[in-house]
Amino acid sequence: MAGTGEAKKEEADYKRLNSFPLIRHTDMPEEMRVETMELCVTACERFATNNESAAKMIKESMDKKFGSSWHVVIGEGFGFEVTHEVKNLLYMFFGGSLAVCVWKCS
Amino acid sequence: MSERNKNATVQPRKVSNAQKLPGAESTKAQTKKKEEKKAMDKGDGLDRGKKSKPSDQLKLTEAELKENITKVLNTHNPHAPQNIVRFNYKEGVYQRVSVDHTAILFEMESNIVYQDSEEGRRLMLKQGLIKENEETDTAAESDEDRMKTPATPVEDGGEVEEAEEEDRPDSVASKADKKGVKLGNFFHFTDRATQTLNNPPRQINCQTAPPPRSIFSATANQWQIYDAYCEELQKQEKQKATLLKKETDKSKKGVLVTETQSTDLTEVAKETKILERMVHQNTFDEIAQDFKYFEDPSDKFRGQEGTLLPLWTFQHEETRGLSVTALCWNSKYQDLFAVGMGSYDFCKQGRGMIVFYSLKNSSFPEYVFPTTSGVQCLDIHPQHFYLTVVGFYDGCVAVYNLKKKSLEPVCKGTPKTSLLTNPVWQVRWQNDDIDNNHNFFSVSADSRVVSWTLIKHELISTETIRLSVNGGLSNVPDDEQLVNISGGTSLDFHKQTDHLFLVGTEQGKIHKCSIHYSSKFLKTYNAHNSAVYTVKWNHFHPRVFISCSADWTVKIWDDTIKVPVFTFDLMSAIGDVAWAPYSSTIFAAVTIDGIVRVFDLSINKYEAICQQLVVAKKKTKLTHIEFNPVHPVIIVGDDQGLVSSFKLSPNLRKTPKVQRGQELTLDPEAEVTKMEHILSWLSDIE
Repeated sequence: MAGTGEAKKEEADYKRLNSFPLIRHTDMPEEMRVETMELCVTACERFATNNESAAKMIKESMDKKFGSSWHVVIGEGFGFEVTHEVKNLLYMFFGGSLAVCVWKCS
Repeated sequence: MSERNKNATVQPRKVSNAQKLPGAESTKAQTKKKEEKKAMDKGDGLDRGKKSKPSDQLKLTEAELKENITKVLNTHNPHAPQNIVRFNYKEGVYQRVSVDHTAILFEMESNIVYQDSEEGRRLMLKQGLIKENEETDTAAESDEDRMKTPATPVEDGGEVEEAEEEDRPDSVASKADKKGVKLGNFFHFTDRATQTLNNPPRQINCQTAPPPRSIFSATANQWQIYDAYCEELQKQEKQKATLLKKETDKSKKGVLVTETQSTDLTEVAKETKILERMVHQNTFDEIAQDFKYFEDPSDKFRGQEGTLLPLWTFQHEETRGLSVTALCWNSKYQDLFAVGMGSYDFCKQGRGMIVFYSLKNSSFPEYVFPTTSGVQCLDIHPQHFYLTVVGFYDGCVAVYNLKKKSLEPVCKGTPKTSLLTNPVWQVRWQNDDIDNNHNFFSVSADSRVVSWTLIKHELISTETIRLSVNGGLSNVPDDEQLVNISGGTSLDFHKQTDHLFLVGTEQGKIHKCSIHYSSKFLKTYNAHNSAVYTVKWNHFHPRVFISCSADWTVKIWDDTIKVPVFTFDLMSAIGDVAWAPYSSTIFAAVTIDGIVRVFDLSINKYEAICQQLVVAKKKTKLTHIEFNPVHPVIIVGDDQGLVSSFKLSPNLRKTPKVQRGQELTLDPEAEVTKMEHILSWLSDIE
């Protein structure tokens, strides 16, 4: 029991420590990257339990801000190979368990 | 045009009816010829027409045929009513209404103007088609044409329309042949439409390069995310560590900076000093006001007596346990004075100290010079106010320079022959010698009066005079003289005559000497029964000096007289006496019972005009007193190391011819005569 308790505690610690957004890969310019990252964070925090809504929100906002045909994938585990317009891709982790991929391709 | 139609319809009949008119005959012949030609060309068209006759045609005789039957045609419509009347209100009668008799069967408007008409002629003129002279001919011709053209239908019979159609083009063609011109009526138009070609449509295509694309692929799952976060955390920790290092470095630097700042405090010493004085002035504002402005109003009612108003007291932490052994005002800065600290208890000699206080700052001294031996006396150079000479208990003398920052004396002199500790009892600056070297005199317990000369940070001593018990001269060696030694305790130079000076001894004698005569006393006074503590020349009168001794007496002398002119028994051991700098007859004395007495010989020759206890504790002994050279202030030192300052009330600073408003101006002559007066009075009594 103690072991599991410790594990739980560790997990909590991990969750607490790793709530920050962590960008894995991006080729966006600085300004756009920051904006997109913040948008992803707000969306994921607002729809913590509904990845679909979060993705929808991100996509719609990105379409408005940076022109149409954005694609967003949010999930805890997935693989992908996408074709994107250069300087329009962001792949980040958030909240310790979520992966968010945002790209543009028309 | 309707008119023309009428003509067209009517004319043929006329012609047919007037066929046999002679005028018409020729024309008929002509047409016949023409017709014949035509017939020859076309065949038998006309012949057949001539031959064929209707079967029911009347057969008339020649006569009947030649008979002219006249038929009149008019334009009256036989069916039109002729009896329609209408009432005319204007005329007031019925009037016949005319009915239109014309009936129009066909009407077609043309846009061609008839050439013969007025309008046609005008138009042709305008267009310049015919000339003026031709006009008539053409008119005639046209008339002829007109006459000709209708002729044909007559032969044709009733086929009017056909004939017209046939003839018209003919006539028009003939006209065109002649003129080739149609006259248009400009006010009649007909519509005519045409269709232009449509522009052929064209197509242009252009293709841009698509925005560059690239392919990205990754796999996201929980363990990869976890690993990524762990890596990031480690990175952050490392960064933090480096940052911390940097910060500590910085803080170290900061410490260094503060340290350097603290060492740099000396740079703002002046400013801090000013600030300290300001603060001090604020806190001791009342005392400062008293010092400057307070004049004890009660003096008016006391008659002759005066009071002392306590002002600041000066004490320094480090001087605790030391007593004041010397006081001296600075000659340039009237608020600055030096205090020598030491001990009069010869069993407990130890360290000493020289402290400089300013009236502007009573809480902390301006300068502090700690010394290893107790200070017995000091003097500030009257011209070079930064030089202070100090006599120590161990027999040494030292010169301190206030301009130098160091706590060590500029130079120190030790007596050549010091077998025992012989305290230096008095030091006095003298005027600079011929070579502009500073020099001073000291008197010590080993009975020597020594002249010291300051040459390049070295003190060179020369013995001026040796004192002996019997007052005689002593040329015998030191060791044999030991018994007869009489230690000098005080020394003062004559104010006006440089070389004259007085020496008080432990035996109670006062010697009047000159530096020029090292072997002989000019005069010796058997002044006291005990050691002479102080001897001082009067500031004004050249012959008067004062002395005080441990035998509780203060004596005032005329140097020409061997006995004192005044003797005051103060019923207590006297610490010090001092002449007032502003009056020849005023002096002050302090006793060990803590009382300051101020005398004015011109007012009271027997008793003090002021006698005031100035110490807090009964046991405190006053040791020294000094008048400020300018301000009406005295400072009194006690054996606890405390220096107190007092303001003299107006009664204590009366000058002989006191007139209010003139108090500050000193009159040395008057002071001398005042003293002289007293002396003469005394001699008179005797």
